[in-house]
Amino acid sequence: MAYTVRRPNLTFWEKLYLPNIVAGLAITFNHLKKMLKGETKVVMQYPEEKWDAQLPEYYRGAPTLVTDEHGRERCVSCQLCEFICPPRAIKITPGSLPTDSKFAKVEKAPQAFDIDMSRCIYCGLCEEVCPEQAIYLRKDYAVTGESRADMVHHKAKLYELGGSMPGLVHKWNPDK
Amino acid sequence: MDFLNDIPWMLIAASIAKTLFLIFGVVLPIVSYTVYAERRVSALIQDRLGPNRTGFPISLFGFEKDLQLFLGGLGQPIADAVKFLLKEEFTPAHVNKFYFWLAPVLAMVPALSTLAVLPFGNYLFGQKMVVADVNVGILYVFAIASIGVYGIVLAGWSSNSKYPFLGSIRASSQMISYELSLGLSAVPVLLIIGNLNLSQAIQYQIENGWLLLPFTDGNLTLRELLLWIPVLISFIIFTISMFAETNRLPFDLPESETELVAGYHTEYSAMKFALFFLGEYAAMIAGSSVIVVLFLGGWHIPFLPINTLESSTTPAGIALGFLHITAFFAKVVGILLFFIWVRWTLPRFRFDQLMKLGWLYLFEIALVNIFITAAILALVK
Repeated sequence: MAYTVRRPNLTFWEKLYLPNIVAGLAITFNHLKKMLKGETKVVMQYPEEKWDAQLPEYYRGAPTLVTDEHGRERCVSCQLCEFICPPRAIKITPGSLPTDSKFAKVEKAPQAFDIDMSRCIYCGLCEEVCPEQAIYLRKDYAVTGESRADMVHHKAKLYELGGSMPGLVHKWNPDK
Repeated sequence: MDFLNDIPWMLIAASIAKTLFLIFGVVLPIVSYTVYAERRVSALIQDRLGPNRTGFPISLFGFEKDLQLFLGGLGQPIADAVKFLLKEEFTPAHVNKFYFWLAPVLAMVPALSTLAVLPFGNYLFGQKMVVADVNVGILYVFAIASIGVYGIVLAGWSSNSKYPFLGSIRASSQMISYELSLGLSAVPVLLIIGNLNLSQAIQYQIENGWLLLPFTDGNLTLRELLLWIPVLISFIIFTISMFAETNRLPFDLPESETELVAGYHTEYSAMKFALFFLGEYAAMIAGSSVIVVLFLGGWHIPFLPINTLESSTTPAGIALGFLHITAFFAKVVGILLFFIWVRWTLPRFRFDQLMKLGWLYLFEIALVNIFITAAILALVK
């Protein structure tokens, strides 16, 4: 059913419009004055001041690879992240562990692991899909480079950014 | 070769020197720094900082760092200009090429041409500081300023695209509506001054006090006090109409971003766009100058001596001449800051509100105001 919206009854001064314009000008001028006096502090001078310490635990920065507490790489190059990656930023060349390693017959490891950061959308699906908890989105967000090639994070860079992540992998945890 | 002697070479040389000084020495720098001021002031009003990083690029000449002056970001207009110059000069395939290229020029030229008749200073080096001291001064300003709409209309039409077209239609109807109240609100001023020549307008204000502040000559008569009322009304209507004429917020419907992408200059880029942009700001400067000349006493500073033709070549006279030029442009900059301030305070009008305001209120008030002024002039001696 249609209903009528009651228009507010304006006083003469409100109808005149100009006093309200002056009031509005006063508001904006106060903002200007407070900014000039330095009383308003809302802007962060980015490269000098950073918010990194306050980033939440769940912050989704650049995806990285992590090692476990023994320094072994967790990634077994199952390529699930490569398949789920919506912008197809991940490219994995599967490989095996060196033959002298005692896990050589047990696990595999990526020969090459490239994440193209110019394509990555920081969605976190790779972290979610990884059965080995090998790939994590860490808190690096300022990823820059001077060429497209610079923007590709290779395996060494990914491990450098990721560091180690001790603790049980979920698949070995009976509670999970 | 007698005709060569008949040509007033000195006059031509002086005019060219004055034009070059006015355009390249004063107006274009003011234009580019108005853009900077616009960004800084808008930022401060919205509790941001605005461009505060770009310095003067002396690191190009081997210095360690760019030169940062007291505010920071003062090199921004230079960077903007270089960017506009170096961008690709792109002309879309579907446009009418000739008019598409003509339109930005037509937006810029009238804005700069209006400056020719504006007296921006007193005598200096034995020259009157106005490029063309013509007797039809204010009429010339209105005539040339209204040509500015052709740039916008041609831009919208030749772009062959719907948003620019709508923008230019809005511009033309808006400018025609507000031209009326603009002209009519200037009439009371002209009645009081009794002259169309802008130098004479300033002369009148030196002798009788600025029109908006009639006490600046030291005394205040009943006649001045009575005339002050219509002058104030005139001033308000003139300023509002000037906002509409220069397509400034709250009347920037020709380029309202929320509705029309970018309005009439949607299809423009690089230097062609920059010409529209600069033309808009140059028109603002021209408009502010007219306000200053008609209502705020032009270059006059109260209670200071005034140069005559003879004294303008002495050192003291030269200093005074430059002081007067500075005073004029200080007033203009003040009005420009007011323009910016209003822009970041008020939201945009709806188009029917704009038309209603122009045709139903400002036009009638301006018309009645003329009769009030005439009555006061006739009855109160």
